[in-house]
Amino acid sequence: MASLRTTSRLFAASRPLFRPAAFARSYATVEATQNVEPNPSENPKMKTFKVYRWNPDTPAEKPTMQSYQLDLNKTGPMMLDALIRIKNELDPTLTFRRSCREGICGSCAMNIDGVNTLACLCRIPTDEASESRIYPLPHTYVVKDLVPDLTLFYKQYKSIKPYLQRDTPTEDGLEYRQSPEDRKKLDGLYECILCACCSTSCPSYWWNSEEYLGPAILLQSYRWLADSRDERTAERKAALDNNMSVYRCHTILNCTRTCPKGLNPGRAIAETKKMLAA
Amino acid sequence: MARLSGLQRDVLSLYRKCLRAIRTKPTESRSNFKRYARAEFQKHISVSKKDFNTIEYLLRKGHRQLEMYASPGIRNIR
Repeated sequence: MASLRTTSRLFAASRPLFRPAAFARSYATVEATQNVEPNPSENPKMKTFKVYRWNPDTPAEKPTMQSYQLDLNKTGPMMLDALIRIKNELDPTLTFRRSCREGICGSCAMNIDGVNTLACLCRIPTDEASESRIYPLPHTYVVKDLVPDLTLFYKQYKSIKPYLQRDTPTEDGLEYRQSPEDRKKLDGLYECILCACCSTSCPSYWWNSEEYLGPAILLQSYRWLADSRDERTAERKAALDNNMSVYRCHTILNCTRTCPKGLNPGRAIAETKKMLAA
Repeated sequence: MARLSGLQRDVLSLYRKCLRAIRTKPTESRSNFKRYARAEFQKHISVSKKDFNTIEYLLRKGHRQLEMYASPGIRNIR
């Protein structure tokens, strides 16, 4: 596709008055995608990827699964590499979020082969016979293709006031310090990148997302409860102390199983419950 | 008038919200806003009334758009 495009541009530049119809048409047929590898290698390891497609511009059309075939010999090791390659070479209309490609931004969270994970941290299964299925995060409104609408998630994050709340300055007017032991309490909490993998894997969150905060937000909430420098612990606890915000967690622990960063939101929620009960 | 379904009432209520939001806009640009709101509804007039998923999606989109255009910073629209 890319090579075709450059030729036609060169052609048009050299002969601006006469443009053959065949080239003009090649622009228009972006939607008629050819889903087969352009130049297969010697021993191609062809794998099929089935990707969820839905276009908001034609809302009356139902979502479909579109399959693409890639040669694994020429693709990077991760799912994100495959998606980027599909977008570059097979179908430029495929839409997904991605940024850092190393699991620190949380943009490329999606449901791959039935597990919520970051596409950039998920290896492509080398088994060519089975196809990989890629969906957007479950139980989210879809913006387009693999892009979920996380407005509610961010709104809930905002609602827990995720910043240091403190009135008393330190004695020497320098930064707020804490002991190594206090700092250690934040390990396993501060690493969360808010990719929403855990929240969207939680059945409780599926059914009660309006009121239940969900594992990701509760982990963050506990991160501020556990912080020795924060002075509004009582208010934070009071805000959580109702039967929806925290207690919709039934320790299903899908969150801990799915977390692509290996964190344990289930434990953070349990600690929150202990703090509320004390 | 025939009894309306819940979804139909939601659509009408969205339209009325739009009309109310238009009244907060400067007098000279109100007709533009009204024309825009009508056109947005008109665009999807052909959606079947049994196509619940599509209508729900359009409703969500409509609410998002309303929220955006209702902000006082937006004074006119083309």
